[in-house]
Amino acid sequence: MADTLLSLRGLTKAYPGVVANDDVSFDIRAGEIHALLGENGAGKSTLVKMIYGLVKPDRGEMSLLGAPYAPSEPKAARALGVSMVFQHFSLFNALSVAENVALGMEKPPRVGDLARQIREVSEMYGLPLDPFRIVGTLSAGERQRVEIIRCLLQDRRLLIMDEPTSVLTPQEVEILFATLRKLSAEGTAILYISHKLEEIRALCDHATILRLGKKVATCTPAESTARQLGELMVGTSFAAPASRAQATGAVLLEVTALSLPAPDAFGTPLREIAFQVKAGEVLGLGGVAGNGQDELLAALSGERLAPAGSVTLKGRDVSRTGPMARRDAGLLSAPEERLGHAAAPAMSLVENGVLTAARREGLVSGGFVSWAKARSFAERVIREFDVRTPSPDTAAGALSGGNLQKFVIGREILQRPDVLVVNQPTWGVDAAAAAAIRQALLDLAAKGAAIIVISQDLDELMEISDRFGALNEGRLSRIRPVSGLDMEQIGLMMGGAHGMEVAQVA
Amino acid sequence: MIRLERRPQPSRLWTGLTPLLAVLLTMVVGGMMFALLGKPPLEAIRIIFWDPLFHPQFAAYSRPQLLVKASPLILIAIGLSLGFRAGIWNIGAEGQYIMGAICGAGMGLAFYPTTSPLIFPAMVLAGALGGWAWAMIPAVLKVRFGTNEILVSLMLVYVAEALLASVSQKLLRNPEGMGFPGSRNFQQYPAAANTEIIVGTGMHWGVVAAFVAVIFTHVLMTRHIQGFNIRLTGEAPRAARFSGVSPARIIILCLGFGGALAGAAGLFEVSGPAGQITIDFNSGYGFTAIIVAFLGRLHPVGILLAGLLMALTYIGGELAQLMLGLPGASIQLFQGMLLFFLLATDVFTNFRIRVGTTKVA
Repeated sequence: MADTLLSLRGLTKAYPGVVANDDVSFDIRAGEIHALLGENGAGKSTLVKMIYGLVKPDRGEMSLLGAPYAPSEPKAARALGVSMVFQHFSLFNALSVAENVALGMEKPPRVGDLARQIREVSEMYGLPLDPFRIVGTLSAGERQRVEIIRCLLQDRRLLIMDEPTSVLTPQEVEILFATLRKLSAEGTAILYISHKLEEIRALCDHATILRLGKKVATCTPAESTARQLGELMVGTSFAAPASRAQATGAVLLEVTALSLPAPDAFGTPLREIAFQVKAGEVLGLGGVAGNGQDELLAALSGERLAPAGSVTLKGRDVSRTGPMARRDAGLLSAPEERLGHAAAPAMSLVENGVLTAARREGLVSGGFVSWAKARSFAERVIREFDVRTPSPDTAAGALSGGNLQKFVIGREILQRPDVLVVNQPTWGVDAAAAAAIRQALLDLAAKGAAIIVISQDLDELMEISDRFGALNEGRLSRIRPVSGLDMEQIGLMMGGAHGMEVAQVA
Repeated sequence: MIRLERRPQPSRLWTGLTPLLAVLLTMVVGGMMFALLGKPPLEAIRIIFWDPLFHPQFAAYSRPQLLVKASPLILIAIGLSLGFRAGIWNIGAEGQYIMGAICGAGMGLAFYPTTSPLIFPAMVLAGALGGWAWAMIPAVLKVRFGTNEILVSLMLVYVAEALLASVSQKLLRNPEGMGFPGSRNFQQYPAAANTEIIVGTGMHWGVVAAFVAVIFTHVLMTRHIQGFNIRLTGEAPRAARFSGVSPARIIILCLGFGGALAGAAGLFEVSGPAGQITIDFNSGYGFTAIIVAFLGRLHPVGILLAGLLMALTYIGGELAQLMLGLPGASIQLFQGMLLFFLLATDVFTNFRIRVGTTKVA
């Protein structure tokens, strides 16, 4: 084909114990937006790392505009016009936008010239950004713009984007899509990795679907339903969460006037947070990343003590008690960051079970850990939540993100909490596992627990929550019933309290 | 091209193999060093590793020395290993060792010349408390003000050494010592002496304490929730806080335990093998124990073996100085190599070597 930009032929990459990519071949045409779809562990990351020169394929070849293409490092890939925006940004918080952009360039121009270029490009593509702002003060959406502009300033033929919308508000997603369409119209191809099937259907010209390292199909997403795409990805059909009767009981958790200073220079202070959750209810808390989600979870889990009287569990003030006492009282939580926060990477799943379940599951008596009980608890989590692992003795860090997430959520749910707080319960988890986790949360609520789901995935929140609120700069919007909310209202709630007032008038 | 590739989880095989490999490499490179010094390398290695145990003439003297030299190393290293597992770096065990010796010896000398079976236990207690109190200084400063325990504990070694010089010349000086610095000799005060339990084996109360510490720590680390919390704090501090472990408590616990064991080791040494408080009774055990802790992979049984091995190189090193005229510094270099090779080969525990096929795709 004349307009083929990048052609992949038989790419294979094996890691010890797993074949990440097995004979993957497809073409990306110049100027198209090509989706790369697949479950967690399907081999998407490995594939794009090979294209970006971070990983060398064991077998197979690539060609760029007909010439052999084998980048030995990202620098070589960038020199040929292939650049990538990672899911986790590689920016220095303490430096300005222009300085961060300069750090990624081979021969950076003078700061003044660079700032002018940044302004021009950012205006041209509708990505407003002040080159002299310090990155630490930017929102996640703005940080992504820095990464995109960094790529746009260079010679570009192919832009790889790894789950770009997970940190954006609906309005920001629209802006991003407009930018990507404009780029594609100008001839830049985009390789777009996402789990969000509707998004791919709206944006992408073609989609390549990977399963267990193999390519299963290349199709035109606009001509397939989200369900068909999802089933291609998973290989089986999966159930959407069952709807359930609205039955809410007594208030289990009440938060009043919860204010806490920021934990560090780039954290968010919590300001006058107030809400209630009732038994049997799911409260969804949305908001763009970095608006107080982690801080709220820490204040609820007990990692940071809250002002006296601000957190009341079943009528008892637990604000000044630590995580263990709160767990004993029935308030459990699962933080967003799996590795190093919710779980210790180098420790086994058995040990990671003890991490939070030691007391509620009676794994410790007289100070001594019963490893037999701990093992059977870990095995129960693995079985009931379909955690794919060679054994309960495998280190948590050796599991794929989705499987570890299932373990972390399962570990808390099996302890039968009265109140469960989860942050990003399905982040980076494949569609089938995400559906299973959501269903488990709903089942738990149906048994009379109160659940708080903090998430950046609005579709998820709309699907499982009874009521919805949004965090913005550490403030919580008014909580509103989900039924009757539309995307525009949600966007305004996420944008801050002032927007909210307008929305209420409207 | 040779590349390092991170293993999904640390290799158990290599965890056990690296100390052996390190010893082997030390022998090879150490032997080369001895050869360069103009000494017969094989003989030197044999004298260091073999003769202390099996030489027909010297073994009778040096075999008991093995336990005498190993027990303070093991006792201190066991105490340090707890903190090292939790990511708390107590570098000042030497100071805690000295302070334990001063406090314990002071307790014993205060009762001179009374005889009571309670004196020696009281001295052990005072020694452990002295070491504990000295370790509480970096602990409390870290908890209250976030100071760096590495610097504070290390600096306190020099303070302890200055105190030792002072007490051996003034406060604890032997009134019947004709003005020489140094305390009374405990060998001449049986109620306060750390004597051999079985004559001719080198087995004194410090050796017993070291074995008890090994077993206690092994049980603590593998079975007890506090041991789990210590490991968790070292592996993932945020996860430990999420679990409900108080970092302050772990700091106090680990530094305190390390200080108490180092202090007790100091007392056992001063009331036994050394015999008296002198300006330089401490022979750097507190620093060597850091090597022992790592050589033993921070594992109690490993530390036991590493302590014995290190003691062997001490005794063998002295023997080699005596028999071959090797300079003392070369023996220290030899011991330093051991730690260097251990840390170097340690890479294989977490990484595997890939000889990359730089084939152009």
